[in-house]
Amino acid sequence: MSTLHQPQLHESGKLHVTGEARYVDDLAVPALVAQVVPAPVAHGRIRRLDVTRARAVPGVVAVFTHRDVPGENQVGPVIHDEELFAFDTVRFLGQSVALVVAESYAAARAGVKAVELEVDPLPAITTLDEALAKGSFLTDPHTMQRGDVEAAFVGAPLVLQGQVRTGGQDHFYLETQCSLALPEEGGTVRVISSTQHPSEVQTILSHVLGVGRSSIVVEVPRMGGGFGGKETQAAPYAAMAALAAVKLRKAVKVWLNRDQDMMWTGKRHPFLSNWRAAFDAQGRILALDAKLYADGGFSSDLSRAICDRALYHADNAYFVPAIRVTGQVAKTNLPSNTAFRGFGGPQGMALVEEVMSRAAERLGLDPATVRAQNFYGDAPRNVTQYHQTVTENRIGRIWSELLESSRYAQRRAELEAFNAGSAHHKWGLAITPVKFGISFTTSFLNQAGALVVVYADGTAQVNHGGTEMGQGLHTKIRAIAAHELGLDVSDVRVMTTATDKVPNTSATAASSGSDLNGQAVKAACETVRERLVPIAQKLLGAEAVSFAGGFATGGGKAVPMREVTQAAYLAQVSMSATGYYRTPGINYDRATAKGKPFHYFAYGAAVAEVELSGLTGEHRVRRVDILHDAGRSLSPSIDVGQVEGGFIQGVGWLTCEEVRFDGKGFLATHSPDTYKIPACGDTPTEFHVKLLENAAQEGVIHGSKAVGEPPLMLALSVVAALRHAVSAFGPAKTEVELAMPCTPEALLFAVEHAKSKG
Amino acid sequence: MIRFNLNGAWVEASDVAPTTTLLRWLRDTRGLSGTKEGCAEGDCGACTVAVVEQGAKGPEYRAVNSCLLLLPMVHGKHVVTVDGLKREQLHPAQQALAEALGSQCGYCTPGVVMTLFEATYRGDLDAPWKLDDQLCGNLCRCTGYRPIREAAQQVAGTCPADEFSKALPASAPADTSLQLERAGQRFTTPATFDALWDELDAHPDARFVVGGTDLSLEITKRFQAPPKLVSLEALAPLRALTEVDGVLRLGATATISELEAFTAARSPAIHRMVRYFGARQIKHRGTIGGNLCTASPIGDLAPVFLSLGATAVLRSRATERRVPLHEFFVAYRKTALGPKEVLAAIEVPRPSPTARSVAYKVSKRRELDISTVSAGLFVDTDASNLVTVARFAFGGVAATPKRATAAERAVVGKPWTRETALAASKLLGEDLTPLSDHRGSANYRALVARNLLVGFFDETLTVRQPALQSGHAATVQPGGLS
Ligand SMILES: Cc1cc2nc3c(=O)[nH]c(=O)nc-3n(C[C@H](O)[C@H](O)[C@H](O)COP(=O)(O)OP(=O)(O)OC[C@H]3O[C@@H](n4cnc5c(N)ncnc54)[C@H](O)[C@@H]3O)c2cc1C
Ligand code: FES
Ligand code: FES
Repeated sequence: MSTLHQPQLHESGKLHVTGEARYVDDLAVPALVAQVVPAPVAHGRIRRLDVTRARAVPGVVAVFTHRDVPGENQVGPVIHDEELFAFDTVRFLGQSVALVVAESYAAARAGVKAVELEVDPLPAITTLDEALAKGSFLTDPHTMQRGDVEAAFVGAPLVLQGQVRTGGQDHFYLETQCSLALPEEGGTVRVISSTQHPSEVQTILSHVLGVGRSSIVVEVPRMGGGFGGKETQAAPYAAMAALAAVKLRKAVKVWLNRDQDMMWTGKRHPFLSNWRAAFDAQGRILALDAKLYADGGFSSDLSRAICDRALYHADNAYFVPAIRVTGQVAKTNLPSNTAFRGFGGPQGMALVEEVMSRAAERLGLDPATVRAQNFYGDAPRNVTQYHQTVTENRIGRIWSELLESSRYAQRRAELEAFNAGSAHHKWGLAITPVKFGISFTTSFLNQAGALVVVYADGTAQVNHGGTEMGQGLHTKIRAIAAHELGLDVSDVRVMTTATDKVPNTSATAASSGSDLNGQAVKAACETVRERLVPIAQKLLGAEAVSFAGGFATGGGKAVPMREVTQAAYLAQVSMSATGYYRTPGINYDRATAKGKPFHYFAYGAAVAEVELSGLTGEHRVRRVDILHDAGRSLSPSIDVGQVEGGFIQGVGWLTCEEVRFDGKGFLATHSPDTYKIPACGDTPTEFHVKLLENAAQEGVIHGSKAVGEPPLMLALSVVAALRHAVSAFGPAKTEVELAMPCTPEALLFAVEHAKSKG
Repeated sequence: MIRFNLNGAWVEASDVAPTTTLLRWLRDTRGLSGTKEGCAEGDCGACTVAVVEQGAKGPEYRAVNSCLLLLPMVHGKHVVTVDGLKREQLHPAQQALAEALGSQCGYCTPGVVMTLFEATYRGDLDAPWKLDDQLCGNLCRCTGYRPIREAAQQVAGTCPADEFSKALPASAPADTSLQLERAGQRFTTPATFDALWDELDAHPDARFVVGGTDLSLEITKRFQAPPKLVSLEALAPLRALTEVDGVLRLGATATISELEAFTAARSPAIHRMVRYFGARQIKHRGTIGGNLCTASPIGDLAPVFLSLGATAVLRSRATERRVPLHEFFVAYRKTALGPKEVLAAIEVPRPSPTARSVAYKVSKRRELDISTVSAGLFVDTDASNLVTVARFAFGGVAATPKRATAAERAVVGKPWTRETALAASKLLGEDLTPLSDHRGSANYRALVARNLLVGFFDETLTVRQPALQSGHAATVQPGGLS
């Protein structure tokens, strides 16, 4: 009996609820603690940095600055434009200047106060608009296009234009950044870190320490949430811990408290897009021409790839006959924005969904109809702006099934009746699609490794390159390994992710965790299994044998797997193996902006119903229906959790979460007191999530599909529904002016604007 | 010496500064790492533990934020933490949560478990919105809450006859009085008024603390430890909630939870305001007096109390004096309290049946958020619908909680009609001087204040003192106007 494709509990669920699950800060290792000395201004020249007094503070053990870095003072993941410790200029408020290591946090804080740091302020760019006005950029513009855009606008029945802004978003993983470094013999070090990318942390540490990667082991027990925020941004703090540990020959922990984490680490990129679009009179899109600008913050980080992904998703599920989208990343004096669930995709989709809403509003059509008639279809309506052909398109099927099951049409009629009789409160209802490309768009990253170890007693340990941050990867991996080896899941243990078990791994990101690592684990298990088959054949005296649920069966007999493994051991058979996987056939040529960057697409759609107060701008999501394509799900219970959680996180981004810097680059919303992620009551009480049935996907592990990121973008249905509710305050064909995030304030002003049309 | 019962065994905390929080002590000194820190400010719930307090019907478990609880505050009490639930079998709250896949990354989970632990032994969580109300102090970034709600539905109010319910009757707080001096800090919890006045005479520079949901943030966020604290928690008379001759006398150290229960059937306006006050954990610790004495312009109780014509009762060794509440708020974060004087109670007359009275709270997030604008609105009329009394009080729109006297004057003597309300709303600007900040712009605040007054008229057309409809989104309910 295999648990594959069956509902499963979370592999660590029991440890979570008992509080036994250990996160980095929980490890019972006596360690020195540390506090970072942050830059006091958004931009400035360091005139003086003197740590002598700080070193003398009681309880302070050491203070480190750029002068103490034995290797490179660099932590930039792709482009080396990010110093571990600032040395001549500081480029955002909160940039690390020094590290105070002490016996207690109180002593470390006192040490920070005693650091003499004088910075001459320089003019700072603290908004995206300012960066655009001053031409401050991190990247060159990149354009994807197909069709003759200029020609398509000529004589078009309807031309719309506008500007879309989407806000930043703090990851607000419940566990803040934390790394613990343990010095080992001969200048080597073991770092236990809350990171999605242990291999990169290892690489950066090797550069900072000036040693080979073999001198460093990075381990990830589990994370208390990541969401992209620990893909690159764990590295600087891990590097500080490692540097201090190696220098002091003592264990050192670097942990950021909530305010520090929010102030100093990057967030989802805010985007500003200028667009124009052409439609025919029935609401069929003819052309889209858009420029997208992302606020990258002070350094490159992953911004280029994120901006690219926004371009890859500026079509969402729609075929646009003539399309040109250009993206560019602006440079500001703010923390370096980074990966966040969706990785630019949400920002690209927000743009095209606004375009669709605007067209429907202007034409007075049901937005559901406008959207559906613009979906990708058969050739030639199946080629994207990056010239990949859309195959196995499931959006049509999802759309009609969901319209039906959510009673969209009837409810729209009921809603009209309610709205007609209600002055202060209006309902809105909308359906929006998601088509999300799966693969790292940097093609070589699409590889993974695994190391599977089976013991003579029939229990197994599985090591793979992916990290567990709550998404249920280990649960799926365990099911895959148990299935392949024929073991009971309780006899399979997924190990702490470690760079000395599986090398050269990619980040657990891009929704690819189970696609890539699952295949690698499967390959490793198959190798071991093939070696066990002859043993079982001998034991059972049968030619055809199979392994499942802890038993080997064949010839009408069954023996426990532990007898097979014991026999294999005695027969001197190796029971460990590595596995490796690379995604076949994907590529993208930046020079021509053409290729097949994605292995496949994940699809979904959501229907959202909201209620909006025209007096205060407060709203509530009344009901949500989702139909999502997770292929033949490896674990439906885990995947439903990803859909629900991703959706609500998206709702947060689009409604209540507002990242606000003051004019000086200081983050005003640096704690949950002022930064509001969704709370329990923000989840609709009617929340129907279903996975698409009969949806096995060719060429992916056991027919499944990646599910980590795509559901987040289903939350755009809430924005569309809010627009519908806002428009109900105005006359027919009211075009809504609604900023994102749709806070009560943004909504109330949108309502006022709608009312003024009447 | 601080002494309390931790997970069934009495423990002593010696050699710790009195401003050490329970959370830090559990993790750093006891190595009990199940209880997590997610924010150190009461806003995430990852640190939730249960403390036994004396409730109306006997001792009860109450979920509280251990990040804001100073160790002396649990002296003499029973505390249960997630690490203390460990048995052969999972606790029903743990079992339900694990089975519902209510944990993904698991970091919020120990806190959720302890909130569900309280829910397990509470008999009054009988509607879905009450479960949300119970859970809204626990942020979860992973699950989207649906499975957590499902687990709550399963366990809430089941009151299993297990060792935790059996232990309850004997777990009431015993003697919680304390006098402690450590690491240059002094913390006193007097059990009698004489002891309180003596302490104040000896240490006139000491500061009061009760729930600590405001004061503890100085310690956990700004890392400033007040050298001398006097807790009013053990003075039972200050905690009483009574009604005498149509006047509610609300003891200053009664918690918001206690106020919520007390006003459910007595004051729809107050009850409505406290529904969305902080979260369960905050309501269990935060007090009436703590809310008013900070004189914060965004404190939620002031507007509704002001609108109901409340009086503050101030007590010192020599006297007890009464001050109309609107004179209690002197300036930004300044009250009429004299030295060595405490706020003892608030007296609120019950409105006449002819009066219209509602309180509103508008915030960016419905639950666990600070008001952008809050309002207590009150109008009484005579037999011919002429306004006899009008009190329009607002929070978040001036330096102190404030009455809009120009608008009030404008309606007195006028017929109470929509036109009157509309005209009055245009006069709010005479008294309200909102500022722009990250919670909202000045324009938004001014517009909301005006709309609330008009919405108040509409909502009270049929029912004059409407209770909050469960689960309703909007502050202003559809009410009479359809
Ligand atoms: C997460 C969170 C959410 C919150 N949500 C809300 C909310 O929604 N609405 C809201 O209004 N507030 C909110 N607050 C603020 C706070 O919880 C309340 O103001 C609470 O009522 C304070 O009571 P306390 O007993 O905890 O005060 P304490 O922190 O104990 O004391 C606060 C101040 O009042 C003084 N004081 C207390 N009692 C007396 C007395 N009887 N006589 C004289 N002085 C006294 C103290 O000296 C101290 O200066 C929130 C706080 C947190 C941390
Ligand atoms: S740590 Fe967040 S509420 Fe206590
Ligand atoms: S499970 Fe991750 S925060 Fe709740």
